[in-house]
Amino acid sequence: MRYIEPHAHMVSRVTDDYAAMVTAGCAAVCEPAFWAGFDRGSPQAFHDYFCQLTEYEPRRAAKFGLPHFCWLCLNPKEAEDPGFAREVLALIPQFLDRPNVLGIGEIGLNKNSRNELQVLEWHVDLAARTGQLILVHTPHLEDKFKGTRLTLDVLRADSRIRPERVIIDHVEEHTVKMVLDAGFWAGMTLYPETKCTPARAIDILERYGPERLWLNSACDWGVSEPLVVARTTLEMRRRGWSAEAVDRVIYQNPLRFLSQCPRFKLP
Amino acid sequence: MTRQQVLDLYFLAARHQLIEIAAFLDRVDRAEGEADFRLGAFAAALRCLQEAPPGERATAVLMALSDPTTEPLPKAPGKGAVGAWSGQRLAA
Repeated sequence: MRYIEPHAHMVSRVTDDYAAMVTAGCAAVCEPAFWAGFDRGSPQAFHDYFCQLTEYEPRRAAKFGLPHFCWLCLNPKEAEDPGFAREVLALIPQFLDRPNVLGIGEIGLNKNSRNELQVLEWHVDLAARTGQLILVHTPHLEDKFKGTRLTLDVLRADSRIRPERVIIDHVEEHTVKMVLDAGFWAGMTLYPETKCTPARAIDILERYGPERLWLNSACDWGVSEPLVVARTTLEMRRRGWSAEAVDRVIYQNPLRFLSQCPRFKLP
Repeated sequence: MTRQQVLDLYFLAARHQLIEIAAFLDRVDRAEGEADFRLGAFAAALRCLQEAPPGERATAVLMALSDPTTEPLPKAPGKGAVGAWSGQRLAA
């Protein structure tokens, strides 16, 4: 079995996770920029984080033969201060040509505030001006439905944005249809307590088809499971999925989307 | 999959989860003090299990727990989410 982990916050994980993922068949890991669990104190802290994502973390993954890619942004949880956000966004272009950078992400909304929306629009503009792929985070729990609608409004309002170059992550039963109907890709995150379980994610795949959907663990410093994409294949096989159908969802789909970035190359 | 296959694969897990919900509500009943808005939202979501159209129960439960408003908030009220909408329509 082979799979691509398209969303994992490896800076928060131990090195043993890399060994386990490679053992399970992981062929590449992609790491969106994320909240550290606390607000960073200065734009310089983001500069250091972007260096970590583009220099140190790929070297750590390479020790296990695992290609590491990343996405850059100011995450939505730190987007309530537009002045601070402006300073961080100004740092991003200098990193966009680094060899493991896939695009702008994970941008989006957290509590659906006006400032978050403004910062989302700035990120979308940056991606459009520089021709980057976009990875969008959708809010948690009670805020997801509203946040997904607001995010789609922002993306559809910008004529430079091509839906096939945008993936909207963390969809569930109540948001997946609006994302796919608008022509975007959709990601399903497999979490033990929130977002999707493996069984529900497979329900969604069986209902809507595998055309523009992928699975990810979004493993980070919280309750999460780095091997859950691999484990979900057991559930698919129990339901009678063929090896080819499993491979399409966990390997070929992320490969197809991510290959739109010329820097995404697998050995 | 046939319905029989779905039952064979998932009945025990669903039974387990159903009893967990029942025990959670019993635990709330035995506890003292006032409950906040989450208990009412949970009860509304439970009603969706019976009232939602076939094949739409998960969506209906998620919607029962979601903020249905469309206007951005003037300011983020912190960073976290609690799993149910408080029902407050904040003034612009």
